[in-house]
Amino acid sequence: MALELIKGNVAVAEAAVRAGLVSYFGYPITPQTELLEYLSARMPELNRAFVQAESELGAINMVYGAACTGRRTMTSSSSPGVSLMQEGLSYISCTELPVVIVDVVRGGPGLGNIAPSQSDYNQATRGGGHGEYHQIVLAPASVQEAIDLTTLAFDLAEKYRSVVMVLMDGSLGQMMEPAELPPFQPIKTEIPDWAVRGIPGRGKHVLTSINIDPPAQERTNIRLMTRWQQVEANEVRYKGYYLEDAEYLVVGYGTAGRISLSAVRAAREKGIKVGLLRPISLAPFPFKVLSDLAEQVKALLVVEMNNGQMLEDVRLAVANRKPIAFYGRMGGMVPFADDVLQEIEALAAGPLSQEEHPRDRWLAKMRVEFGTGA
Amino acid sequence: MLDTDVKVVYQRPRGFEELPTHYCPGCTHGVAHRLIAEVLEEMGELEHTIGVAPVGCAVFAYNYFAFDFVEAPHGRAPAMATGIKRSLPDATVFTYQGDGDLASIGMGEIVAAASRGELITVIFINNTNYGMTGGQMAPTTLPGQVTTSSPMGRDVERQGYPIRTAELLSSLDGAAYVVRRSLHDPKNIRMAKKAIRTAFEVQKQGLGFSMVELLSTCPTNWGMTPANARVWLAEHMVPYYPIGDFKVSSSIAYDKPKGRD
Repeated sequence: MALELIKGNVAVAEAAVRAGLVSYFGYPITPQTELLEYLSARMPELNRAFVQAESELGAINMVYGAACTGRRTMTSSSSPGVSLMQEGLSYISCTELPVVIVDVVRGGPGLGNIAPSQSDYNQATRGGGHGEYHQIVLAPASVQEAIDLTTLAFDLAEKYRSVVMVLMDGSLGQMMEPAELPPFQPIKTEIPDWAVRGIPGRGKHVLTSINIDPPAQERTNIRLMTRWQQVEANEVRYKGYYLEDAEYLVVGYGTAGRISLSAVRAAREKGIKVGLLRPISLAPFPFKVLSDLAEQVKALLVVEMNNGQMLEDVRLAVANRKPIAFYGRMGGMVPFADDVLQEIEALAAGPLSQEEHPRDRWLAKMRVEFGTGA
Repeated sequence: MLDTDVKVVYQRPRGFEELPTHYCPGCTHGVAHRLIAEVLEEMGELEHTIGVAPVGCAVFAYNYFAFDFVEAPHGRAPAMATGIKRSLPDATVFTYQGDGDLASIGMGEIVAAASRGELITVIFINNTNYGMTGGQMAPTTLPGQVTTSSPMGRDVERQGYPIRTAELLSSLDGAAYVVRRSLHDPKNIRMAKKAIRTAFEVQKQGLGFSMVELLSTCPTNWGMTPANARVWLAEHMVPYYPIGDFKVSSSIAYDKPKGRD
């Protein structure tokens, strides 16, 4: 297979097709729409199911129904649309069904805008719907990684009977990069035992998320939590850069991680011994590796395109052993590598207080920069 | 001899599980369930059917039916049924929904499914209130009707007018068969069964979306005896929600002389 120049949204769509996607249900929303548009032609071409739903509520519940039949299914959307899907994601999680969802995150809250953002970290990693459940969250930083993680998402969804979210952002969805698509996987013919398919002679199958008896619901929740423990033990993914001799550590994922890598390289050229940890699985979060690195380095810098949401997970891992700085841009603003470089230089230059919350220091600086109007 | 004269004239349909009902005395959900089970058995579809249960009194409908079932979020049954049918085009897929589920929170999903001509069958129970939560006003509550959330009676100037769902959906080109029947007496129950049969046939033949609205009683929340509830239905609901066929695809009419019952 050769590299081809391909747009993020289209790459994810074609990767899903090649992973054996049997049905897709979606609703147009920028900056995700090309994914839906591409599949509106591609799926019928292969005699597979495509429905442009009446709403994100419709789309996620079509996915819910399709997942009950035990075949590979997915939806995609962007932040406000994913908010609407939270009801369905909670039901799907409680029913223990494999579903892949792609969230091409945009600036918020509210209608916000269509520019790239990471503001849905909390919603994605904490299980944005009601009740207690987890979903696996994978965050690519390039078109190639978006392809690879989409393929992986289907396998993990089936392995753990879980929702797997590919958490992108507007820039990854919209940009074109050279990437290699995987070979075609045949559509799986074996149907899982639990599926509802109207099979003669097999006996009745029911899939439901209702446990009217509290003890039954508690048993279900224990099963869900136990499965999540297995996910935490086996599915942590991250990428480290320049970690061996690092005295300072930048932590960033997705586009912010990629921008941070440019800044880390520039800082290395200036002689600063800084490394980068780029979490790929945001849930499960790489707590252990980060905790180990906290022993090694003098201070950490967290870079995000939000108000410091992953920052709280980093703080949990670091457990107040080392000072942490935070640099974030919000509302669809994307940081420049030079801005991150400045933050790295400041980190290396001086001792950082551990007293104040990193977000408070950052917010004070942001207010100065934006003036009293902010 | 007596034993050779014994003939079974009435028994539990094969599509039914043997278990006690959770529905209130006099409620017509049981009648509707039975009609569906009988029709699917007669069509030989029992083992090819996937039902979609609603949120509401019928949330546990799947306990009574002896074939595959899923349980949808409130109002979303037509979307879930769409996902199932598009994945398994050969299966018989139906939703069973009440009036709060279908005509209020799920109005978007039902209109969209009907307009797409989704090859699903919808059994729509209209009993003019939210039964499971204790009898609140529904989109189908009649003008002046007292419910726990319209204690002075539904005031149309403040609370709007009831929705005639079958008529509304019949305007959509994707709908092939949309009718209203009632469950208040044996004659109407027989008519309802025929309509349910036709609705499933429409699905099997790929003609489009099909729905049978069933006027139903809710004696508990109406505060009536089962017998009085049936009289109230005939006297108050039927005039507002006329029994009839609102959309019958021309292909069904054309098919009729070919000799199906």
